[in-house]
Amino acid sequence: MAIFEQQVTKQPPTSEVGMIHWLRENLFSSITNGFLTLTALYLIYLSVPPLADWMFFDATFAEVSNDQCGREGACWSYVFEKINLFTYGFYPTEEYWRPQLVLALAIVFVLIAKNLKKSVYKVKVIAGLIVSYPVIAFVLLYGGFGLEVVETHKWGGLMLTIVVAAVGIVASFPIGILLALGRQSEMKIIKFLSVVYIEFIRGVPLITILFMASVVLPLFFSAGMDVDKLLRALIGITMFQTAYIAEVIRGGLQAIPEGQYEAADAMGLSFFQKTTLIILPQALKISIPNIVGSFIALFKDTTLVLIIGLFDILSMVHLTTSDENWLGRETEGYVFVTMVMWVILYSMSRYSKKLEVRFSTEHKN
Amino acid sequence: MSKFKSIFSFLYNNEVRAFLFQLLTLLAIVYFFYAAVDNMFANIESRGIQTGFGFLEAESGFDIAEYLIDYSSTSSNLTVFYVGLINTIVVSVVGIVLASVIGLIIGIARLSNNWLIAKLAGGYIELFRNIPILLQILFWYNIALASFPHPKRSFEFFDSIFVNLRGIYMPKPIAEEGFVWIVIALIVGFVLKVLVKRHFNKKHDETGVETNTLAYSLALIIGLPAVVYLALGSPLHFDYPMLKGFNFKGGMSLSPEFLSLAFALSIYTATYIAEAIRSGIESVTKGQKEAAAAMGLTQKQSLKLVVLPQALRVAIPPIINQYLNLTKNSSLAAAIGYSELVSTFAGTVLNQVGQAVEIILMTMAVYLTISLVISLILNIVNHKMSIKGR
Repeated sequence: MAIFEQQVTKQPPTSEVGMIHWLRENLFSSITNGFLTLTALYLIYLSVPPLADWMFFDATFAEVSNDQCGREGACWSYVFEKINLFTYGFYPTEEYWRPQLVLALAIVFVLIAKNLKKSVYKVKVIAGLIVSYPVIAFVLLYGGFGLEVVETHKWGGLMLTIVVAAVGIVASFPIGILLALGRQSEMKIIKFLSVVYIEFIRGVPLITILFMASVVLPLFFSAGMDVDKLLRALIGITMFQTAYIAEVIRGGLQAIPEGQYEAADAMGLSFFQKTTLIILPQALKISIPNIVGSFIALFKDTTLVLIIGLFDILSMVHLTTSDENWLGRETEGYVFVTMVMWVILYSMSRYSKKLEVRFSTEHKN
Repeated sequence: MSKFKSIFSFLYNNEVRAFLFQLLTLLAIVYFFYAAVDNMFANIESRGIQTGFGFLEAESGFDIAEYLIDYSSTSSNLTVFYVGLINTIVVSVVGIVLASVIGLIIGIARLSNNWLIAKLAGGYIELFRNIPILLQILFWYNIALASFPHPKRSFEFFDSIFVNLRGIYMPKPIAEEGFVWIVIALIVGFVLKVLVKRHFNKKHDETGVETNTLAYSLALIIGLPAVVYLALGSPLHFDYPMLKGFNFKGGMSLSPEFLSLAFALSIYTATYIAEAIRSGIESVTKGQKEAAAAMGLTQKQSLKLVVLPQALRVAIPPIINQYLNLTKNSSLAAAIGYSELVSTFAGTVLNQVGQAVEIILMTMAVYLTISLVISLILNIVNHKMSIKGR
């Protein structure tokens, strides 16, 4: 009778586990793949070390003048010296606390809204915050009520970029909802007007709308009415964004099953009640990931305001390198602005991906 | 109370309400436009700006760096419009072709089973789609200006291509007498190729015998024009760029403005095309490939007959939308001064003439027409590719 003994478990062969197996499977599974891997590695070798040298190892970080900065590597001293222009534009230095407070308030308000306990007051408090925030932010940034007035032509840098994007999304939202409802409406004239507006705006580049807002719009106002340059740009941006938001919300409206409309009618709800209580809450919820996506696109598009002469963060590159102390540092400027914009846009796009996953699982069951 | 109700009860009729609401909206909009246009005419008069399209006939009075039709500073403003329009179309077409090629490569690389290649492709997409396109255009333009040498120290390739601060200079092909026969030969070759393909397809349908038509196609499309070219004694010569004084003369050149615009537009749009292609290929379910394999199709047949047709149905509509976006984004040339529609016509001409309303409307009309044409194409494509119910 055979005696069975516990055998020592053998290690799997090295070709099936560990580093070597992983390399084989993922990088050298065939001759073509091996060749591709080596080519890619060579390309990385060609591009990454010189870039790293330029950005870090040969770069100057100390506070020195342009001449003391080498031409071999980046001169970050320039960015450090101009950081206030990049952030606030010509906003007076002693008033920097105001935009900072506006940003802090935004964070505080979001935290309050998130941590409110579910109660009858929740909706009212949130509505109050949403309505009061733009007013507070405007008074803080512009001035009045005892604060020194800071004219809008002094606004600039990243602050202006954020203001334009934020106003664009907030102002376009209610009009966008109306247009989306109009496009879905059974009233022929309303539907026609909505379709014409949306398709017209979506058919032309933003820059032509901005040109229109900056040169044609002043003609429409009665003589003597001087409309602020920033306000004109904001009108243009809002007109543009409205059409895109309307299309996003229309997508949400179309996803609501017919039964919801019929059920609301059967309950005897009026059109207004049906829309605000049944249809919109569901449609907006479905649209949230796409609204965030549309906001990301708007944030990218805000850089266009430099073409009509507003000093956003991108135009600061040209402005700061026109300073004779810092001639020839455009590359550093563009790289810096690229890094700032990329970090903001990349985090937003990650956030929107997360939302998409969250909302898609909620609707699966 | 009841009497009051009876008089106004018609207000509770939905149709009446809808009618009144629409009437009021329409009136409001008509009034709004009336007031705006009224103000506009008053303003135009007080500022002494002309109206109407008479300015199109007037002499433009400025030079344009790049033009493909006859242009000089004595040409009319209408010619400026055409020059700009043609340049817009040129840069868009070049951008679309480049973006499609890069996008296709990146999209496929993203799905590669090679870990490094897939990650690199993903990195490319995340990097370039999260940087505003205007920033990219300015960045590449600045890089081009900062890194290209002075004309006297140009980079040379084969003694005929020169790269410097003013752009890329290349030999320009000049057609001589008889060149038209080569073009005709090319067209005939294409037509014959289609007929041959059709013939063998028919044969395949009837007998099941497959024929590889690649040799025929090459012979007809490349061989035939080549034979005609040689038979006519090479009716084509090249005009080589030469350094004269401070710059190159002759040949043809691509300006740094054009290069950086086309480059930025294509690498930016390529990220979206790559994503569209990836999601198209991923949308074909595994079962389809398994079914194709079970039917005995080879890997190549399965890809060509089963996977790609379904993947393209998902991928093509967003790709066409990206082509439209690229065309619209080409208007950002205004920031670097490539002479396309917005920077020449809506920029320089507008500054000289001051007739903002007419010029902006004409510019918008061009883009509207382009987007309507593209959405028409999109509709036709969608209709052709939609799954036919049986």
